[in-house]
Amino acid sequence: MPKLTIDGIEIEVEKGTSVLQACEQLGIEIPRFCFHDRLSVPANCRMCLVEMERSPKPIASCAMPAGDGMVIHTNSDVVHKARKGVMEFLLINHPLDCPICDQGGECDLQDQAMAYGFDRSRFAENKRAVKEKYLGPLIKTFMTRCIHCTRCIRFADEIAGVPELGATGRSEHMEIGTYIEKAITTELSGNMIDICPVGALTSKPYAFSARPWELKRTETIDVMDAVGSNIRVDSRGGEVMRTLPRLHEAINEEWISDKTRFAYDGLRRQRLDRPYVRRDGKLEQATWPEAFGAIAEAMEGLEGSAMAAIAGDLCDVEAMYALKGLMASVGSPNIDCRQDGAKLQPDVRASYLFNTGIAGIEEADAILIVGSNPRWEAAMVNARIRKRWLQGGLKVGVIGPQVDLTYRYDYLGAGPDTLKALADGSIEFAETLKSAKKPMLILGQGALTRDDGGQVLAATRAVADGFGMVKDGWNGFNVLHTAAARVGGLDIGFVPGEGGRDVAGILAGAGEGAIKLVWLLGADEIDSSALSNAFVIYQGHHGDRGAHAADVILPGAAYPEKNGTYVNTEGRVQHAKMAVFPPGDAREDWTILRAFSQQIGKALPFDDLHQLRRKLAEDHPVFAEIDRLHPAEWQPFGNDGEMGSAVFASPIETFYMTDPISRASITMAKCLDEIEGRAAAE
Amino acid sequence: MLRDEDRVFTNLYGWEDWGLAGARARGVWSNTKDLVAMGREKIISEVKESGLRGRGGAGFPTGIKWSFMPKETDPDRPSYLVINADESEPGACKDRDIMRFDPHRLIEGALVSSFALGAHACYIYIRGEFYNEASHIQVAIDEAYEAGLLGKNAADSGWDFDLYLHRGAGAYICGEETALLESLEGKKGQPRNKPPFPAGAGLYSCPTTVNNVETIAVVPEILRRGGLWFSSFGRPKNEGIKLYSISGHVAQPCNIEEAMGIPLRELIDRHAGGVRGGWDNLKAVIPGGASTPMIPRDACETALMDFDGLKELQSGLGTGSVIVMDQSTDVIYAIARLSYFYMDESCGQCTPCREGTGWMWRVMQRMVKGNAEVEEIDMLLEVTKEVEGHTICAHGDAAAWPIQGLIRHFRPEMEQRIRDYRDRVHARGAQPIAAE
Repeated sequence: MPKLTIDGIEIEVEKGTSVLQACEQLGIEIPRFCFHDRLSVPANCRMCLVEMERSPKPIASCAMPAGDGMVIHTNSDVVHKARKGVMEFLLINHPLDCPICDQGGECDLQDQAMAYGFDRSRFAENKRAVKEKYLGPLIKTFMTRCIHCTRCIRFADEIAGVPELGATGRSEHMEIGTYIEKAITTELSGNMIDICPVGALTSKPYAFSARPWELKRTETIDVMDAVGSNIRVDSRGGEVMRTLPRLHEAINEEWISDKTRFAYDGLRRQRLDRPYVRRDGKLEQATWPEAFGAIAEAMEGLEGSAMAAIAGDLCDVEAMYALKGLMASVGSPNIDCRQDGAKLQPDVRASYLFNTGIAGIEEADAILIVGSNPRWEAAMVNARIRKRWLQGGLKVGVIGPQVDLTYRYDYLGAGPDTLKALADGSIEFAETLKSAKKPMLILGQGALTRDDGGQVLAATRAVADGFGMVKDGWNGFNVLHTAAARVGGLDIGFVPGEGGRDVAGILAGAGEGAIKLVWLLGADEIDSSALSNAFVIYQGHHGDRGAHAADVILPGAAYPEKNGTYVNTEGRVQHAKMAVFPPGDAREDWTILRAFSQQIGKALPFDDLHQLRRKLAEDHPVFAEIDRLHPAEWQPFGNDGEMGSAVFASPIETFYMTDPISRASITMAKCLDEIEGRAAAE
Repeated sequence: MLRDEDRVFTNLYGWEDWGLAGARARGVWSNTKDLVAMGREKIISEVKESGLRGRGGAGFPTGIKWSFMPKETDPDRPSYLVINADESEPGACKDRDIMRFDPHRLIEGALVSSFALGAHACYIYIRGEFYNEASHIQVAIDEAYEAGLLGKNAADSGWDFDLYLHRGAGAYICGEETALLESLEGKKGQPRNKPPFPAGAGLYSCPTTVNNVETIAVVPEILRRGGLWFSSFGRPKNEGIKLYSISGHVAQPCNIEEAMGIPLRELIDRHAGGVRGGWDNLKAVIPGGASTPMIPRDACETALMDFDGLKELQSGLGTGSVIVMDQSTDVIYAIARLSYFYMDESCGQCTPCREGTGWMWRVMQRMVKGNAEVEEIDMLLEVTKEVEGHTICAHGDAAAWPIQGLIRHFRPEMEQRIRDYRDRVHARGAQPIAAE
């Protein structure tokens, strides 16, 4: 534990702490551009220079490890002179076009120039100009503004694992780019915009659309995957202008995926903003009473068993809870939230959770991935695995699709046969798992949505038990979900009741005529053509697959438009906040269900969100605590029987379009075309 | 003057065979086995006693540098010796002639030094433009392997030793030791931050010593004749003999081996045939290669060519590459040309150097014409101070010093240039501009 003196204050710090971090611990702010907590330290901006006694030159505090007996001055003339000099150098070739720069108002260079810049320039020469580079449909470049901090290069190399960016040329002709201009093929590229300290990399979709001080900031939760990334939605008026990551060390650190960040333009298109009723085979605009009347009419005289409800991937827990209550009140056991047909049951919570937590990945020393492409299904989880892998000492084995995961892994096989072979120890990787201290298994939906999903679940449970993945304080059995609503749905038991039908059963029943009315709560990932014989109510926010099959459309709210509860794949309960109002006549989903229940005389027992949440927490205690993880009890689960032989496939065909919002997004369509399309062509 | 029998580089001018037979005739490889048999401790202490300071420019005592290497080698982290043959400093051409005409002296030195450092592998990183030099070295390495002087049990010393030659791609900055290591690892040649120093984590993060060609090449001779022999030349702390390169406005530009601390005037007059047009025609001398500040004629009278002697004159010995400029020289233009060199060769990694070198060059260009304000001389000086000492490596310093030297000694000439330009423009009269 080195002890050093900074500005006359003595401080003892952990070994390996840099002088800059030691200063921060004392609350002394050191200006910096190139240094970033989560990236390697190049010490090239020279903004963080401080004076160290017995050193002839000022030192770069970010790269200098704190040593015993160091005497540091951060406020001396030498330091100020050095910083002013560096700032002057940074500004001589910077265009100073803040009025037309999207970074204006949230720019590190702007802020620090206020502290260390001169009020005029001594630079009488011509400024350097650099040609724009094409980096894909998400990142807009203005390379003349670049200050060569190399954060983007290091992010691509280290965090994203795609070494596609680099610096070419030297001296003042050094340029950041991909050399051969092409879109950067990573699903994390948007984070480069955040870490760019100047306006060299800005958001292409957001370009010239708003200023940071005009925006209302709402701290909320993302629903594009089951990770539950913490985000900040910036809105102006009734419009979501952009989405940014919010720090949550246990989930997304400070990154988010490109889908999370850029799919928001899908919120403006294909929206259901008023009720519709199908008359003479055509959907026509209607009022709420007309829509409710049509449903009540269709329900009249129907047995409970002839009605069914399916909840989709983006539903908040409140809406599912209200729908479950409604279906119970009409006596229907036919409800299901697993529209992909995953063979998961709500009985044992540990059977459907990412039990180690996402942060738990950093403790693991062996990871077995079964039937999953985490890079697409949960980009933040994949980034965490890569982070752990870079630290060394991690072995990864994959059974399932063989794709580039940005880290090296042992490819074991494609299907259940390999899983069997692993279980009986005939594959070398079994030794790795056996000798690991904290082995972990990640089970993707690709292995669970099959007919033999229950058997696969049992087989992986056996692997977890057999290789000592479940022990005191460590449960390495992890299920990776792809739908933000799934864990919440399972937690409230949105699954078929006694004698009820699951999704496949409902679809079959609708074909046979046994199911006469189906309530789709944002359910778009099912084959809705199978429902043509039934009366279909679609409640949701986008005119996507489900709405096309509907007889009545009830316009609901998308995720930034409602206060909702989501449970992520770890089982972490989080509250999303309303950032903007739903468009037109659309309403928050649980209020629609509450209003309809009144109409049919079976009013649900809550009148506002607080009552609903209190009731929810009474019925399901997991919802009483926000943002906490509790170890789930390890009990038997899964189905007996033999697994089939079909290979595991990822449930996601394309990263950029997985749900109604991203399918409506033009940005995502461009990404699909320019990034995935190109990668496939190569 | 250095006696002929005290010379180390006896084929400096290529008058004899540079191959193995010729080298053996000059005494190279004569008793390498015995040198190695002295043992690591003894070799290092002998080098320390010789007072040898690094010949690459910075002048760090070689023996002390070697003693930073780990005594015990960890098999997972082997030690390396890397020889810096990226001689690119304008004015310097001493290593080039060692490699061209006496490559075996370097190879023998590499073996003995590597043994002293506990290194079984050594890399020679040679400047890309040195095509013939690289081919001579490679031929010499092949000869040495064939003769059993390299490889397993090299030169019958019991030490397994492999020597590799690596050609650079023509970047000056790769002569900076950590940029050299980056380049050798296959990365973009950009200097690393220190600490960690190469002795702790150098090539492939293993303990590494980087030495100049001349430093390594004199080691066997020091061991043969003893450290005391070497330290008998020169002044305290500046002992030894060294190669000087003399170029510019002299009658006979040359490389010459001389004792440290030889008076500059003697060096020029005796070995280079004197300044063109006589000593009085001298204007200034850059004493140690392009990066060292120039000194004017009156200071040259008494200057002693060693580290401390030139430091007293606010310059430096650098690589001992003397660039002589007579009265016909436009010193402002000469320094502006150097500024261009340093701008072009900056790696672009860190801010002060990347931005500062370009700024300095542009101002210098205007200074050449005189198209500037007198106050801008002060501004230029201030900019050099903002670059100096604030960069990752010494390139920033090297770019700043020549300009500082110019302003220190030739400020009146710069001011005169500006006044002349003013007068010229003034004499032309105001240019009428159409009023629209």
